Amino acid sequence: MQSLETMNRFGWGIRGTETVSDRPRDWLARQLREPDAARFTGVGTTADGLIALRTQRMNRMQGDPLVKPIFQAEVATQLDNLLLTRQPFRERLAWFWFNHFTVSLRQGGTRAIIGAYMREAIRPHVTGRFVDMLVAVMRHPAMLMYLDNASSIGPDSPAGRKGHRGLNENLARECLELHTLSPQGGYTQADVTAFAAILTGWGVDLKADQPGFVFREKAHEPGIRTMMGHRFGEGEEGGLQALHFLGTHPATYHHIATRMVTHFITDTPDEHDVTQVSRVLQQTEGNLAAAALMLPTLVDTTAAGGKFRSPMDYATAVMRALSMGGTPSQPDDPHSSAHTLLAAFAALGQPLWTAPLPNGWSDRAADWAAPADMLARSDWAWQIAGQMRKGDPLDIAHAVLGPALRAQTVTAMQHAGSRQDALTLLFSSPEFQRR
Amino acid sequence: MLIRRRAALMGLATSWALGRASLAVAAPSSHEEDPRLVVIIMRGALDGMSAVTPYGDPSLAAHRRALILPEPGTAGGMLDMGGFYGLHPALQNMHALYAAGQLLPVHAVAGNYRSRSHFEAQDCLESGADARMDSGWLNRAVSLMSQRDAGPDGYGLAMGLTVPLLLRGPARVGSYAPAASHHPDPDLYRQIAALNADDPVTGPALRNALQARGFSDTVMESSRAAVSSPRKGSRPDAFVTLSTAAGRMLASRRGPRIAALEIGGWDTHARQIDRLGRPLTQLDRGVAALRDGLGPAWSRTVVLALTEFGRTVRINGTGGTDHGTGTVAFVAGGPVAGGRVAGTWPGLRPGQLFENRDLAPTTDLRCVAAGLLCDHLRLKPAAMATVFPGAAASPMQGLIRQA
Repeated sequence: MQSLETMNRFGWGIRGTETVSDRPRDWLARQLREPDAARFTGVGTTADGLIALRTQRMNRMQGDPLVKPIFQAEVATQLDNLLLTRQPFRERLAWFWFNHFTVSLRQGGTRAIIGAYMREAIRPHVTGRFVDMLVAVMRHPAMLMYLDNASSIGPDSPAGRKGHRGLNENLARECLELHTLSPQGGYTQADVTAFAAILTGWGVDLKADQPGFVFREKAHEPGIRTMMGHRFGEGEEGGLQALHFLGTHPATYHHIATRMVTHFITDTPDEHDVTQVSRVLQQTEGNLAAAALMLPTLVDTTAAGGKFRSPMDYATAVMRALSMGGTPSQPDDPHSSAHTLLAAFAALGQPLWTAPLPNGWSDRAADWAAPADMLARSDWAWQIAGQMRKGDPLDIAHAVLGPALRAQTVTAMQHAGSRQDALTLLFSSPEFQRR
Repeated sequence: MLIRRRAALMGLATSWALGRASLAVAAPSSHEEDPRLVVIIMRGALDGMSAVTPYGDPSLAAHRRALILPEPGTAGGMLDMGGFYGLHPALQNMHALYAAGQLLPVHAVAGNYRSRSHFEAQDCLESGADARMDSGWLNRAVSLMSQRDAGPDGYGLAMGLTVPLLLRGPARVGSYAPAASHHPDPDLYRQIAALNADDPVTGPALRNALQARGFSDTVMESSRAAVSSPRKGSRPDAFVTLSTAAGRMLASRRGPRIAALEIGGWDTHARQIDRLGRPLTQLDRGVAALRDGLGPAWSRTVVLALTEFGRTVRINGTGGTDHGTGTVAFVAGGPVAGGRVAGTWPGLRPGQLFENRDLAPTTDLRCVAAGLLCDHLRLKPAAMATVFPGAAASPMQGLIRQA
């Protein structure tokens, strides 16, 4: 692969001023070898978010006065990092895994902690073992609230026998279907029910000094459970054993390999490529860095010219191409670069952390290439391009697309009547719609 | 610009406050008397037994006492459907349609899919086949309709920001989003379209979008003006806005005849009694907006609202229900033989439940859809093999009043 092609496909788009590596695979590997360089400012922990949520609820405050600033600070610092990162491959993997383990603002009241979920449950494990990320996700209050497990109670537990409450199988089902085995893994409804029982008691303690994950013995369904032919014991330990079983299962490795190849290489993954990645996962006990570094060795044989950019990809690539960002975004400043990017995600159809369903955002071009989407992109690009008062659009075009830039696009840009129109043509070209 | 394409589309800037609704339309015609069909996908699995409650079934209370509303005729109670069934009180407008013989719920329906995954089930529901296809049954149905006036560039239009699988396929569907307040001049758009002309993905999309814009802007402006807000100053929700627009487009003398809408918010795993009212209200107001937008054309319109599967008969531990099988579908419209509940009620005794858990499905959703395609859109029964490949979808009889 050409350097620029690799940097675009595995990153977030070239920043206008970036130097291009002549050894793209080394560039990718170094990002995963070195520690995460992202520095987040003005944000706290999950516990801080839960305290804000608790205080609002106890005092019946209207309008999210404590949670809103926390959310805005998360958006500001995380989107600033997305625009400025020098580790775009690592950053792309972080957002990929967030989407794999989707938590959404649409349900569960996760606004106070969704940013912390990204920083605490996803980011530390991007180059680690899959099973460790799985456990971190499943114990995180954001996931327990989003998929209702915080209120699931074993019918035969002490709490279940007292009241009329009981099981909620939502998290157990989505964990089997989306996070680990996938339907091809061959689980049954009985396995879902057993796993839901295993996970009873996994909840959120809002009342503690440091609110967060809690295992509620009183809500836990007693007894040995059989899932996928394996027996799992009682208590919190049984749940951890089940997650270890699922997080290292061959069907899980195949499933996440499929998702990785789909996200980075092609909408229609080749079984041979998927097998290569899942074999690496098998051999390394689920090492995600090793699996990620397998991806650049695979060749996209489709003639599509790269993966079609989702709205989030697209808006980020445009703003990086224009070297936007740099001054830290103030959380409540509607004109900050982070806020501009946040608004673009929504306007183009992919509002931040707001996936409609637990399966997250699509990785298929067909889901993002409706006529309305295309026109919305050009309209938005035109507005953004209007803010550029200096620099040569053609320099930017060569810097961000390199050999992929077509002569036709160059000609159209040369004939454009203004810097704004030239940049709009660049960002509306078919080659810029792909990474 | 000459309005050659009869389709239009409005995208909403999706935001998490608006939720995600979408509309797609197809099948342009200049024949005012042509039948219209609207399909509403309710994504997330509607609990059919809460929408149309079989309160006359003696086993119901044992399974889900906390979810059952008071009987019809009492305060806050269900709406009367003539005994055995009661309609959820959020469905006021649909109840009026029922009373007028224009609403026909079909109970205990399901597709052929049994694994209780939202995502696979929605793909099956929209594909109309046993396995996911890259085209949807409604698109294939449109491609079989007599295309008297289809322009050279295809036709059809998606509203919202995506075209659902249901309406993707051989019959071309375009889409349109309203421009922001400031946007490039037409010449730059022309250049953008030229830059993308040879691209198989972006080329047709941009062509369709630009051609749709002129016609759509007019329709959309009048639609937006026509939506009446329930409370002064509050924005109507996306689904009602789109329903109004769809109604007006389908009503126009030269316009599309097929529309697909989607509405979310049905996945009620917890506190269902509090949470189901909102999406039901949106659905109800959307159906009313369709009827109002269609005007006299309502007498030639059928609306089919369906969901990927139902929910468990028993209440779960958190006041909600989990993924199930059988559920309800709604058929509404002027030509509908309504005012009754169709389908075969399977009963709720443990031995009668599907896997001792779900409402047993007794009618295949594809038979309901096929019944409408044949009796309302006048497709030939033999064509159902193309629309629903691999399914023995014998069209359900008696959904439409015989003229």
